[in-house]
Order: sequence, then C-alpha cells, then structure tokens
Amino acid sequence: MTEEIIIAGFGGQGVLSMGKILAYSGIMQDQEVSWMPSYGPEMRGGTANVTVIISDERISSPVLNAFDSAIVLNQQSMDKFEPLVKPGGTLIYDPNGITHHPTRKDINIYQIEGTRLAAEGGNPKIFNMIILGGFLKVKPIINLDNLEKGLKKSLPVRHHNLIPMNIEAVQTGMDQLITVQKL
Amino acid sequence: MAEVKLMKGNEVIAETAIRCGCDGYFGYPITPQSEVMETLMLRKPWEETGMVVVQAESEVAAINMVYGGASCGKKVMTSSSSPGISLKQEGITYLAGAELPCLVVDVMRGGPGLGTIQPSQSDYFQATKGGGHGDYHLIVLAPASVQEMSDFVALGFELAFKYRNPAMVLADGVIGQMMEKVVLPDYTPRWTEEEIEKISGSWALTGKKKNREHHVITSLELEAHRQEVFNEKLQRKYREIEANEVRYEAINCEDADYIFVAYGSCARICQKSIQLARQEGIKVGLLRPITLYPFPTQPISDLCSKVKGFMSVEMSAGQMVEDVRLAVNGRVKVDFYGRMGGVVPTPEEIVDALKNKFSI
Repeated sequence: MTEEIIIAGFGGQGVLSMGKILAYSGIMQDQEVSWMPSYGPEMRGGTANVTVIISDERISSPVLNAFDSAIVLNQQSMDKFEPLVKPGGTLIYDPNGITHHPTRKDINIYQIEGTRLAAEGGNPKIFNMIILGGFLKVKPIINLDNLEKGLKKSLPVRHHNLIPMNIEAVQTGMDQLITVQKL
Repeated sequence: MAEVKLMKGNEVIAETAIRCGCDGYFGYPITPQSEVMETLMLRKPWEETGMVVVQAESEVAAINMVYGGASCGKKVMTSSSSPGISLKQEGITYLAGAELPCLVVDVMRGGPGLGTIQPSQSDYFQATKGGGHGDYHLIVLAPASVQEMSDFVALGFELAFKYRNPAMVLADGVIGQMMEKVVLPDYTPRWTEEEIEKISGSWALTGKKKNREHHVITSLELEAHRQEVFNEKLQRKYREIEANEVRYEAINCEDADYIFVAYGSCARICQKSIQLARQEGIKVGLLRPITLYPFPTQPISDLCSKVKGFMSVEMSAGQMVEDVRLAVNGRVKVDFYGRMGGVVPTPEEIVDALKNKFSI
C-alpha cells in the first residue's frame, strides 16, 4: 500500500499539522512516511500545502506531481491540485469559499463542510480534524487507535487533554461526509 | 530498539550534534536551515552536555568561532544556507589550510546572490571544487533522507578528525524541511580534556606543557618552498581520502541501459522516475553519490561497458555532470537535466527528459 496525499489550503487552517498527525499515525502502524511542506514566503492567510506519503515500502520521491488523494481547502488549491489527482483518485474539499467546483469525471469527489461544522461546534480549531475524519472515512488507511497514538506524539503533552475533543471531531467528519461523485 | 521519531532534516542536524558529543555550534539564521539553531536553542544543550550554542553577529564571525574551537581540538560546527556559506568561505579555506577538523552544514537554496529561499543544488562547484581560494578540498557528504541528515553529522565529524580536514554536509531545502522517520544515535559524551589530548594532542592548542614545543595553528607560510611542501602534504591527504572514502549507492543498476546520476533530493525524485520509466519498459538505474568529494569516479567508469548512457539530474544549470563526464571520459553519451531557481523537478519530467535526450 502506498497513499500519496496532498493537503492544501490557507496558512492557519491546520494544513501542516493535519499532515503531521497523519504521518505520525502512519509511524504508529509501522509504515514508512514522508511529510514535505511548501515553505515559500508564506504567512497566515497565504496558501500552504503539504505532501504526505504513507507506504509499506521505502518512499522514493517526497516531491510529487500526481496524487492518489487531494484534500483541498480553498479555491487557489482547487485550481492547482484538481488537475493533479491521478485518474481514479480521490478529491475531498470543503465547499466553503469555493466558487468553481471540481469538474473532472474520472475521479471520486467528496465534500466535507468543515468550516460550517467547526463553527457550529463552537470551536474553529477542530476544523482540520473534521476534514481529516472525512478523508479517513473515504480512505481508512489509519485506524482510530493509531490516530490517537499519532495525536499523542504530535501534540505537546500540555495539550493531551484536547485529544478526546479531536477524536470526536474526526468522528463528526466521518459522519458528515457527502459523496458528490463516486466512480 | 531505539525510538522512531518524525522530525525535520534541520531538527535532526541539531539533535544529532548534541547526541554525538559536539562541543560547540556557531551560526547565524537563514532560510531554509533556521530550524538547526532554533532546535538547539530550544534544547539548551549547555544545560545537558555542556555544548556551547552561539548565535554569532554574522556568518563571518560564526566560521571564525569554529576556527577557534577547532584549533583547541574541540568538536565544533556551523550551518547555513548558500549565501551564508559564501560569507564563510574565507574561514573555510583557512580551516582547510590550517588542517582543522570541523563540520559545516549547507542547506542549499537557489542563487546567485540572495537568490531564493527554495531548494537548489547550485552550490556543487562551491562545495566540491573549493569555494574559497587555494588548492584544497572539503570532504562533502550529500544526505538524501532525514535519517542520513543524522548519520552524516556523526560521519562528518568522524572523517573530519580522521583526516584533520573540514567536512561538509551538503543538503538542500527539501531534505532540510521535510519530515521523515528517523532513529537518532545514542548519546556519546563530549570528549574530556584527557581524550582531546589523546586524539589531537600532537597539534591542538591544549595548553603548552614543559615537555613539548609550542603548537602553532596557522595557514600562513611565507617561504615558497616550505609552502609547496605543505601543499604536497595536503595533496597526499586528498589522494588518501579519494582512495578510502568514496561512498555511493547503486539502485537498479544491474540490468540498466541508462543511469541517472543524482544526489540529495534529486536522487529521491529519480527513484520515482525509475519506477515510472520501468513501467514503460525503459531500464533505468540510479548511481547516487553519497560523497560528492571524493566523487565516485570509478563506480561510474565501471558502468560504462554495460550501459548506453548517463543522465545527471540536478537542481542546477549542470555542475556535477562535469564530474560524470570526466568519469565516463567519452565512452558513452552523458547528458544532463536540471531545474533552477528553486524549482524542484517532477518525476515525470525527468522521464520525459531521458526519452528526449536519448531518443527512446
């Protein structure tokens, strides 16, 4: 199994930390992982993306131009990464702020209303975990036990009290995923 | 078993330095390697192992602090990225001229000038052919993974002391910024004064005892013939390094018709290109130099009788390709594919370049 994932959105949405939690969870399952961020002169509100690869085998290139899955959280990222999903691959996006919805017919497309759900839950900080839940519903490459272990590894100990809330957010994401197009 | 961690390449440089008994780090921040000193400052190794960490007032100051520490037989290092390494060149050639061991880490970004903060490999010439003035070489190690960022800090110090020569870890922004699994080495205590006396006591400034002459650390010799004798000694050392320290990795070369030669992040990208090319029936392998100096000339030369050609893949305008051409010496075709300015090539475009250049 090799899963090549791009997560892309605005800086401050938790894109990089979502990738880090995925990568750490992969390690908890004894898999090979890589986490390669874009590190341009970016700031809160600018674009941010990270390539995460989780594999049973040695990982070759950490930099990719074609992805099994794209998790897209703003319009710029949609424009950039929709064309880079492999045929038969998966695109998951938050429709909030998206004016040009994906049009490809050869990929699986899902929506997860992370922004709305996080706002309704009264905590915008769990946004990225809702999105991650949606992704894991479609691609169950990480089981919830290992995700919890991954969270423990990637969060500082002083934030470990927040782990149950994060797991709950993942569950919300899994429950609220909307299928737009399934091949 | 040692714990598997998920860390950035830059963080690993810092963590391994502490663990392998480094005495001092002297640096000045610059993207994309600022996490090296950030990690050291967070870790506060001066409280744990006694390792000194100094943010110097400039790169020039930092490399001269390294010169001072190295003169005393201490395990000292600095790190920077391309423009900062340019500033350190005077100090580096003095260190080479005074035969001082130290570790210099360069996490390359695009140039020339201030260039860009994105990854690049356009400092191959600077790292392997001098950089500073005078007939000298650094021992240059090129990590292609976060694990090798750790391994080569330890190896760099080992080789630097073995040959009394500065060693360089030549990484790029990809390897510095990415996170991968890493197993860090166990702690090695810093050398005691007695151990330094034993290891480097024949030359280091350890405090003059009555039973020995003064030790003089200098790169200055005004008498031409004596300087030439010293140059010949340095050259003998470089020949010894070339004979003993070549390191490389050959991947899928056994049945290959074409060979990519690539180091660092380009070597990782080429491994994906090999998978893609082989799906199309094109047999490609990878010769990955691990030491850029000494360059794996012989292993490349040995492949010439078995393959149709070599393609050097670099994030530069074509630098290492010159060493590939020297190794191949006209026997088969050598070509080049590169991207510049901080652009990282994709696995697909490398395959396309191979097909174009070799009419496959």
